[in-house]
Amino acid sequence: MEQIITAVVAVVAVPLILLGYITLGERIIERLPETLQSWIRPYFWALPAVGFATVFMVYPLIRTVFISFYNSTGDKFVGLDNYQYFFTFPDTLTSLRNSLLWLVFFTFFSVFFGLVIAILLDRVRYESLAKIAIFLPVPISAVAASIIWKFMFDYQVPGTTQTGTLNAILGSFGRDPVAWLINLSTNNAALIFVGIWSATGFCMVIISASLKAISTEVLEAARMDGANEFQIIQLVVTPLLWPTITVVGTTMLINALKTFDIVYVMTNGAYNTDVIATQMFRQLASAHYGRAAAVGVVLFIAVVPLLIVNIRRFQQQEEQR
Amino acid sequence: MSSERVTTRGQTAVGAGVSALDNLGYRLQRLPLHLVIAIFVAIWIIPTVGMIINSFRGVADMGQSGWWTTLFPPHGFTFASYQQVLNLEGVAPSILYSVLITIPATVIQLAIATMGAYAFAWMKFPGKNLFFIVIVGLMVVPIQMTLIPVLQIFKLIHLNGTIYAVWLAHSGYGLPFEVFLLRNYLGGLPREIFESAEVDGAGHSVRFLRIAVPMTLPAIASLTIFVFLGVWNDLLVSLTFLGVSVYRPFTVVIAQLTTSLGGGWQFLTAAAVLQMALPLIVFIALQRYFVRGVTAGSVKG
Repeated sequence: MEQIITAVVAVVAVPLILLGYITLGERIIERLPETLQSWIRPYFWALPAVGFATVFMVYPLIRTVFISFYNSTGDKFVGLDNYQYFFTFPDTLTSLRNSLLWLVFFTFFSVFFGLVIAILLDRVRYESLAKIAIFLPVPISAVAASIIWKFMFDYQVPGTTQTGTLNAILGSFGRDPVAWLINLSTNNAALIFVGIWSATGFCMVIISASLKAISTEVLEAARMDGANEFQIIQLVVTPLLWPTITVVGTTMLINALKTFDIVYVMTNGAYNTDVIATQMFRQLASAHYGRAAAVGVVLFIAVVPLLIVNIRRFQQQEEQR
Repeated sequence: MSSERVTTRGQTAVGAGVSALDNLGYRLQRLPLHLVIAIFVAIWIIPTVGMIINSFRGVADMGQSGWWTTLFPPHGFTFASYQQVLNLEGVAPSILYSVLITIPATVIQLAIATMGAYAFAWMKFPGKNLFFIVIVGLMVVPIQMTLIPVLQIFKLIHLNGTIYAVWLAHSGYGLPFEVFLLRNYLGGLPREIFESAEVDGAGHSVRFLRIAVPMTLPAIASLTIFVFLGVWNDLLVSLTFLGVSVYRPFTVVIAQLTTSLGGGWQFLTAAAVLQMALPLIVFIALQRYFVRGVTAGSVKG
């Protein structure tokens, strides 16, 4: 009950507080000398946002780097020990390998399926309906998606009724059931596919939007020149979509590195399915702050190239404004 | 989904005076296309449909036969899983806590972001570009990199394990992207409006509240849906700051039950359906806004 009241109060109070902050602050600033005004005002307006970003992102980012050089209680400097642990311990190395698998296969297939589906649906009348179907997993949380796919991958001992959809299909072809999430050669692929299933709709929508922007005249000209549909897709459409594909691709690369929910819920890292993010959480939960921080830093270093790409792209956009 | 073009590109091959036979040939030629699409659509919706059907079956049935057997009589539909899952300790309150976390977290971050975005869009100050580049960079920083220090801050000020901690954390993590998006939108508004308001003697607070905010409402609406569902569906932030608290939200409770129940997880289908009901309703009802929100977020990792 108390929680409900505070939540309602917060919803009403926060905008009111900001309103008060703005009006009161502006009233004070307006009394100040002209030069001082133009100096103080922007910082006054940007302060809450910049403050939040500093407390929750900038400061922790720097602090995490420090923590990664200390032991689990944070009172003894251990140099690179936590990193050495990360790069020599078999479990963490497995998580590193799996994150690489996610990076390559999740990214490639999400974008690839997104592109293929966008191009195919562009050619049929029921496009918008089919798009809804493909997009449906996007609003579904990774937690719910994991439970959905636990049923798809469900496995019973051979000879008993298979309740999992995939194994039932295999059974109808007379094949033995596969323990998708336990079998070491299938489990990572299975998890990555759940990720692809969740992300394809997102890729499709964005690629489709820029596909619609390609003028029909260009395509008509190609057809006049005798190009068949496959040539048009390969030589005209895909190159024109390339900038969009790279934007979607970088987003997917970042998502691949951040993958946590699906692995946590479906296997919790069992049978060699750990990824960097679940590994990091496990260290954090067992209060190995130093090691957890080191994993975080590794993850961050992996993101840096993408971060630079994003900033570059932003600067290019700014120049065009 | 927004598809203004009813006619499709493939159809240009169909001339005005084609015979019925040509038409049939054309249709046959396009059969593989429809087939491939049908396979994709099937893979993308059958899993969800199957689980929803399963959630209306008895737990014993779920363990004995596949969901597809229910398509033929006797159906044996029941709400038993829903009853069982809602009676499980902590599940019903967790739905309430999800609401209590999501709504304030969304309001807080959007209110602060709009104000910050206004400063970045319509004010000049030293270091502005640098600040903004930092914000663009922060959008892709994995939050794993920040969890430990933030956890330590919360412990220090005795906020750890409270709902307030998650409000603040979500707001902090969401802000860079929202400031970025709203600043681009605000910056695209016509300069003349702001200038003439200034000439008329309107201060920044008036310009912000009377001009900037109302004109940004479409962007704020799309962003609200995006942020709301992001927080509603979040697992990692709540798991970190509320993992052992009584105020665990729905996603955390489902995730923890899945890992702890082992074999008896089947009736969690009901919980999963309840958890995804809200996002799906929002998506179906507000498709256009929803898709716009998601595509606008295409740069966010």
